[in-house]
Amino acid sequence: MEGHLNLTLKIWRQKNANVAGKFETYQVSGISTDMSFLEMIDVLNNRLIEVGDDPVAFDHDCREGICGMCSMYINGRPHGPNRGVTTCQLHMRSFQDGETITVEPWRASAFPVIKDLVVNRSAFDRIIAAGGFVSVNTGNAQDANNLPIPKDDADEAFAAAACIGCGACVAACKNASAMLFTSAKISQLALLPQGKVEAAKRAEAMVAQMDEEGFGACSNTGACEAECPKGISLENIARMNREYFSATFSSK
Amino acid sequence: MAWLAKSLNSSLGKKLLMAITGLFLISFLVIHCGLNATIFLNDGGKAFNEGAEFMAHNPIIRTMEIVLFGGLLLHIFDGLRLWLDNKKKRPVAYAVVDGAANSKWYSRSMGLLGTLLLLFLIIHLKHFWYFSRLTNNLTETHTLYNEMQVVFTSPIVVAIYVLGCISLGYHLLHGFQSAFQTLGWNHPKYTPTIKAIGAIYSIIIAAAFAAMPIAFYFNLIQ
Ligand code: HEM
Ligand code: SF4
Ligand code: FES
Repeated sequence: MEGHLNLTLKIWRQKNANVAGKFETYQVSGISTDMSFLEMIDVLNNRLIEVGDDPVAFDHDCREGICGMCSMYINGRPHGPNRGVTTCQLHMRSFQDGETITVEPWRASAFPVIKDLVVNRSAFDRIIAAGGFVSVNTGNAQDANNLPIPKDDADEAFAAAACIGCGACVAACKNASAMLFTSAKISQLALLPQGKVEAAKRAEAMVAQMDEEGFGACSNTGACEAECPKGISLENIARMNREYFSATFSSK
Repeated sequence: MAWLAKSLNSSLGKKLLMAITGLFLISFLVIHCGLNATIFLNDGGKAFNEGAEFMAHNPIIRTMEIVLFGGLLLHIFDGLRLWLDNKKKRPVAYAVVDGAANSKWYSRSMGLLGTLLLLFLIIHLKHFWYFSRLTNNLTETHTLYNEMQVVFTSPIVVAIYVLGCISLGYHLLHGFQSAFQTLGWNHPKYTPTIKAIGAIYSIIIAAAFAAMPIAFYFNLIQ
């Protein structure tokens, strides 16, 4: 049943990467419990534009939980209080009337703030570019069953490939570590025959890039797995460790 | 060997070193705890003193003692380095953090727990290792067992030991299973078993060590 909420929002405002930011407090009223969190910010922004203020900058694209853009750290958690969802899939029914909601950008030295809640996640792109591909001529689609892949492996690779690069794992981690992301991108290829050919080179290159971008090490707290909207498993990090250390002794 | 140094200096390599040295320290604690637990035989320290005597003169044990100190120093050095490195990765702190929603407090506090352990270890080594190895105070009539009886008459010392054991327990509760994950051993077949053994190990080790000063203080053993 639809209800209406009056809320106090404490939102991080920052002009650009070079100036310090600070929290601004806003009141919003009559927010429908059926709205998504982003729609609630849209309502606030409309009001800000009407009175000639600068609207809150935030990333979003698909608004259906698949693009990974809507990075917001809400009340101390990436993508807010619910598990397994992005901010666009978080609905206002998850909040109480009269609540104060604190909204911050992802905070990591590898994810500099561009403006307000928008951060630059191109460090992830560079990790992928370092080795998250297979160097094969794709050509036409192969005949079915040319390359037999056990169902379990296909499922596991597919589960790893569900990573949408949202960065919630980095945001949640006390070390701002990108292990869950990188391990998912390594695993989705390492599990399949096409990916095995370059596995050693890939693990070394992607880990080196991850370190160079300034992400932290892993303390195995499991915060990333718990906050990942796509349920990427810590087993991928263990697999990345195996891939990396076997590459240490086998890569040419 | 530049390839090996590069691997060990990566974020993954630093953790591998933590895991290997940590598991080594875990294996040492089994022996240490087992030998010390002989005080509960309540035989006036006879079995304990015999064990301590054997440890003090066996060349293999003495060599392992050097390896042990090396491993401990590596673990501490690498742990502090990771702790300081990791802190730098988030220069602007969050205003609100709901850590309890996604992880255990002790898994996020390994650096703090480790530092408490380090402070405890300095006091502990001063009490017994320094006393038995580097002074001539140990005699037929004043054994290591007698020294324990003396040291544990102070309630402050007993409190420090109990706190040290609690820090150890929580450090291990996360560290034991974490080390296997770091080694890449995560599989639905055996990970639940590793976690269970880790929890049992941590509780037994911490409780058994904590019981020792308490038993002396309350004269539960003679
Ligand atoms: C008898 C003593 C100790 C034992 C048995 C022990 C054991 C362990 C184990 C098994 C781990 C997990 C490794 C991994 O996650 O891969 C660990 C992590 C850690 N230890 Fe210890 N430890 C001891 C003492 C210390 C001391 C004295 C320090 C001093 C600073 C320390 C600092 C750390 C830190 C910071 C970590 C976490 C590293 C990370 O996950 O980023 N430990 N320890
Ligand atoms: S692993 Fe999960 S939290 Fe991390 S980027 Fe991928 S989808 Fe987002
Ligand atoms: S806007 Fe695409 S996942 Fe939220």
